[in-house]
Amino acid sequence: MAQRKKTSVSRRRVLQGAAAAAGTLPFIHVPHSLAAEEAIGNWPTGAKGSSVFVGVTTPLTGPYSADGIDHLKGYQLAIEHLNEGKGLAAHVPSFKGKKGLLGKKIVYKNADTQTQPNPAIQAQTNFITQDKAIMIAGSLSSAVAIAIEKLAQRYKVLNMVGCSGANETTGVDCQKFAFRSQPSAYMAAKALAPVLGKEIGRNKKAIYLVPDYAYGHSVEHSTGEFTEKELGWKSLGSQVYPFGKTTDYSSYLLNIANSGADVFVNVAFGGEAVASIKQAKQFGIFDKMKMVVPNISAFQGKELGPEYMGGVYGTMDFWWTLSETNPMAKIFVDTFHAKFNYRPSWPAHIAYTQMMVWADAVARAKTFNPAKVIAELEAGHKLQMPLGEVWYRKEDHQQVRAVPVVVGKTKAEMRNEDDFFKIVGLTPGPEVMPPDFLGCKMPTSI
Amino acid sequence: MGLTVIFGALGVVNFAHGALYAVGAYAGFVTYEYTDSFVAAMAAGAIFVLIVGIVIERGLIRLYYQRPPEDQILVTFGIGIVLVEGLRAIFGGLNRNLPAPSWAASIVNLHVTLYPIYRIDVLVIVAVVLALLYVVLYRTRLGLIVRAGIEDQLMVNILGINVTRTFLTVFGLGAMAAGFAGVINAPIVTVSPDMGADVLVQSFVVIVIGGVGSFWGAVVGGLIAGEILSLAAMIDPAYSDVMLFAAMAVVLILRPQGLFGVQGRQ
Repeated sequence: MAQRKKTSVSRRRVLQGAAAAAGTLPFIHVPHSLAAEEAIGNWPTGAKGSSVFVGVTTPLTGPYSADGIDHLKGYQLAIEHLNEGKGLAAHVPSFKGKKGLLGKKIVYKNADTQTQPNPAIQAQTNFITQDKAIMIAGSLSSAVAIAIEKLAQRYKVLNMVGCSGANETTGVDCQKFAFRSQPSAYMAAKALAPVLGKEIGRNKKAIYLVPDYAYGHSVEHSTGEFTEKELGWKSLGSQVYPFGKTTDYSSYLLNIANSGADVFVNVAFGGEAVASIKQAKQFGIFDKMKMVVPNISAFQGKELGPEYMGGVYGTMDFWWTLSETNPMAKIFVDTFHAKFNYRPSWPAHIAYTQMMVWADAVARAKTFNPAKVIAELEAGHKLQMPLGEVWYRKEDHQQVRAVPVVVGKTKAEMRNEDDFFKIVGLTPGPEVMPPDFLGCKMPTSI
Repeated sequence: MGLTVIFGALGVVNFAHGALYAVGAYAGFVTYEYTDSFVAAMAAGAIFVLIVGIVIERGLIRLYYQRPPEDQILVTFGIGIVLVEGLRAIFGGLNRNLPAPSWAASIVNLHVTLYPIYRIDVLVIVAVVLALLYVVLYRTRLGLIVRAGIEDQLMVNILGINVTRTFLTVFGLGAMAAGFAGVINAPIVTVSPDMGADVLVQSFVVIVIGGVGSFWGAVVGGLIAGEILSLAAMIDPAYSDVMLFAAMAVVLILRPQGLFGVQGRQ
């Protein structure tokens, strides 16, 4: 029987050597590219197959449902374009000529939020934990948007925020994993105030109708701030109503009608804006005062018609007539019109462009790793979109983009069935950005 | 009122009531689009929902009279969802505008304040309809049977009344009341598939305050609920719903059968 050959290195020596080597590891520089990348959220699990999953939540019922359906169509069109290399996907330099994103098909599911945070959170939690969503998107109320961005932060999944106008979304509630494209109430008010000064005048008395949640208070605060500071307007107070809980605004409108104000600032949004404006007319408010809607909802023109909205000033994230001057807007509006048989409204624009901006960041990062995608978005790379050049600020993750100021057309001025507004100003993004980041304290690392 | 009649007479908690209200508003809206007549819209809303009510009663509800209340709640809740989603499939999610009739579109000066004439007209229309309903319930043979059914269904059966046909009429009338309410409220609110959701909850609170199956209970309960909502909204709108439910809780503690209800009613 052959004797086992005795090695010159004992087991004890091997263990000692291994311990010594481990002790020196922290001092050895391993190039980052060679080191195994740390798993973050659903990455890399969610990006291993031939497709990546995007979780979408939009309200299909409740007061913001009309806007929510438009929002969803924007996501549908963007995902179709990205997968087939069509529409704007054929023009974004970082991925044009390619189908899918980094060679993977984008698949998505949509869930109805009922315009409430809880169903949205339940659905997005399922999308993150069950479907391994690599990105989550879609919202139409700031209450929902803020809840989703906090969820995204908790699970470390990227969130391209849908529609949300409250200052808090990229202000005190800003999150490392969330990026918002819609102008904040601050930006909208700053863009709107000079137009109001010119068209309605200085030193007016204003009264507000306000839904009782983050968005309503944010818009009231910012509109008041700029009209008072720059135009010498005086606020006679606000009528605050419970959001989503009332269809009859008579008690608030009676107070507004009897307030002696010159301007009625209606902050209500979606179905609530439609109902309150209709009732305001019945109370004779428009015989006595001009109406301003700081953030006009998607279908307010269509739902109320020019007899209510003609001459009303406000802002919108996007209005389709930009397609007459901007080639990127033309591609978006024409392809949307061809597919859905009407011209897109701004919730569809937010959905569509947020998908494109995200895809661009992924393509430039060459990975779905959220840490690297966030770094690309924060780098401030300028991208041509339907509003012109857009980019993100790293300090608050608010998109720097132009803000359209619009006025409702009269029936005689309308050229087609979707022609409800005229763009009277397109304020460049850098001019309206809040200098103090509205209380956002963005962490520097993930 | 439709809810209390159906609940009182048939013992069915009709969770499709809000949806029937929305169906009525849409029927009125479509009729108005074609005829430009608000009176035609009111008639169409009421009659269309009467027909829908009859179809629902024959097709489903009658199979559930002997089933436990939770089954009835589930089936009417399901009918409500089907109706609302049907409206959304046909008309989309956009809010539709049914304008106030031209004879009621102006404003009246009440000296203390200006007030839309249409809202005053609604008060008159509702008073007339309530008077009609009162006549039907308290001055006709049908009303006698319905009221007897509310008090003691078994005895009405024993007395040889065709309860099945009466139940059909009652359900149809209750549905019609919802449809009619949908049309007359449409010029004030907006016509959307979800418009009945809030109305349903408030209607239940009204009949609980007033007393299940009581005509005057529904009238007085409605007035009390309206006052609570409006007055609370003037002080702090966030608490208007809370105050409504608080009032309901107080009524339930002090007088569980409701203000005008009769104790022990099944």
